[in-house]
Amino acid sequence: MSDTGGETAPHYLLKLYVTGKSAKSEVAIANLRRLCAEELEGRYDLQIIDVLEHPEAAETDKILATPTLIKRLPPPLRRVIGDLSDRHKVLLGLEVRPELPSRDRDPSAP
Amino acid sequence: MTDRAIPASVEKLPTGIASLDVIAKGGLPKHRTTLVSGTAGSGKTIFAAQFLAAGITDAGESGVFVTFEESAEDIRANMRSFGWDLAAWEREGKLAFVDASPDPEVEVIESGAFDLGALLARVRHAVQKVGATRVSVDSLGAVFSQFSDHSVIRRELFRIASALKDMGVTAVLTAERVVDYGPIARFGVEEFIADNVLILRNVLDEESRRRTIEILKFRGADHQKGEFPFTIVPGTGLVVLPLSAIALRQKSSDVRISSGVKELDEMCGGGFFRDSVILLSGATGTGKTLTVTQFLKGGADAGERCLLLAFEESREQLFRNASGWGVDFERMERDGVLRVVCDYPDAAGLEDWLVTIQSTVREFKPRRVALDSLSALERIGSAKAFREFVIGVTSFIKQQEITGLLTTTTASLMGGTSITEAHISTLTDSIILLRYVEMFGEMKRGLTVLKMRGSQHDRNIREFTIDGSGMHLGRAFRNVTGILAGTPVHISPTDVERVWSQFDAELSGRRRSTDHD
Repeated sequence: MSDTGGETAPHYLLKLYVTGKSAKSEVAIANLRRLCAEELEGRYDLQIIDVLEHPEAAETDKILATPTLIKRLPPPLRRVIGDLSDRHKVLLGLEVRPELPSRDRDPSAP
Repeated sequence: MTDRAIPASVEKLPTGIASLDVIAKGGLPKHRTTLVSGTAGSGKTIFAAQFLAAGITDAGESGVFVTFEESAEDIRANMRSFGWDLAAWEREGKLAFVDASPDPEVEVIESGAFDLGALLARVRHAVQKVGATRVSVDSLGAVFSQFSDHSVIRRELFRIASALKDMGVTAVLTAERVVDYGPIARFGVEEFIADNVLILRNVLDEESRRRTIEILKFRGADHQKGEFPFTIVPGTGLVVLPLSAIALRQKSSDVRISSGVKELDEMCGGGFFRDSVILLSGATGTGKTLTVTQFLKGGADAGERCLLLAFEESREQLFRNASGWGVDFERMERDGVLRVVCDYPDAAGLEDWLVTIQSTVREFKPRRVALDSLSALERIGSAKAFREFVIGVTSFIKQQEITGLLTTTTASLMGGTSITEAHISTLTDSIILLRYVEMFGEMKRGLTVLKMRGSQHDRNIREFTIDGSGMHLGRAFRNVTGILAGTPVHISPTDVERVWSQFDAELSGRRRSTDHD
């Protein structure tokens, strides 16, 4: 409410770990790009890391599952695993409040 | 490896875990995955780490440790007590961790389909980085607890297991069981993921913990069946005691050694055999510790190193007793011909005692070992565990081609057999009985050689006396019968011949039956 105002809107630092060009990777990338464009326009940095090319990065971040989205900033550190198809849960994980909470909500979500 | 009965199709990789390779007939099937399942505290993580440690130290093979439960840092710390410096091996490029332990600080949210592609990429990377041929994964159950969608995990674990095989590594995967006798593992799929299944058990057996290892299946490869006791030793790790395996290979020597008492040597047909185990049975005070002392002195006089494992009396008491019989234990220790290991039986479990005895013998290299008494050790474990202990001790002594004298205490003063004796008399080569004999209102001591495998011996029951210079065997008791049963009865000389011939028949009959055990 008060912190949704422009002056305190936090900057997001996101990392998305994927495995090569698998279907799940493509879906996750597309879902995340769309969500960022809609919710975090102009205030996020997204790094996409392929674990097949950078396994040592996955080791450092202790990644097991792919896709895994890491929210490094703002704190706290959060992880969302999966192809990010459950938009509501991704927003929950990123602690981004949707502008119109009822519009995109998954009907099966609580 | 002399045992080559197995077809060459499944190659074995020696694990380096003492004696496991014997029951596994060469080791774990190479380039395959082996599930090691056990309840909490059964030694799974130690097994996983030892498999890698043995590869690094014994075979020059690098390893990868994938941990899902404890952090790499915890494992490094916990394994130090076994003498495995994991951190040093990591620095030397012989070991790599894949730390997949959960981070309690970070909240994880699941949103949509996922796989364990990242984990697989990390394992693959670690294997390549150190050139690993061995991989340990500890434990599969902990992967399930990190994710809510178990069907995905099941599928992914199959994928990882098959990827491990494609990499050509030999892998150990651990899994939790809920109970020691029941389903193989908690999630019901673990045993299908791996080619081979090994079970570690940690069972409460008559108030003492008994650890066993069992090879449940080796796909397409031979192994010994059944549960084998093992113990966990600081500085070493898991030590498996494969009883049937060691009991088979025993040489029999016909070299005689002195018992330390000249007359007893004569009774035995020239002394004890070099690689034999002698059971000495008697009630308290009949002279068991004295016979042991004589035996050790006999060794020391011949310049042989002797080891005394004493569980009945304190060190001071033993030394005082010995000097009362003219034997100077202190000097013998100073001269390096004697070592006395004196401890409370309850200080460790039977498996631990067996390992302690084995390592002491290997290190001190005695020619004679005396254990006083088995009865004291019998109290600390179940009958089964005790029997396995005695088999372990006797076969180890014979393997080392040394002489063992084991004592056992009979419950009744006047005779009868001890429980220990009933259990183990067939395992020993010779049996000597010490008995109290009441003669005309006077207590005397009698000794007889009941059994002497592979040799003629004196069947008489001889009277013996004890003085400041030790044990002295006198003449045979005559005109008395029932000594061994604890009920000596005087009989008229006319009956004597008949009775003794019966006694002889019984003895030789018993000897025949035990010799064929």
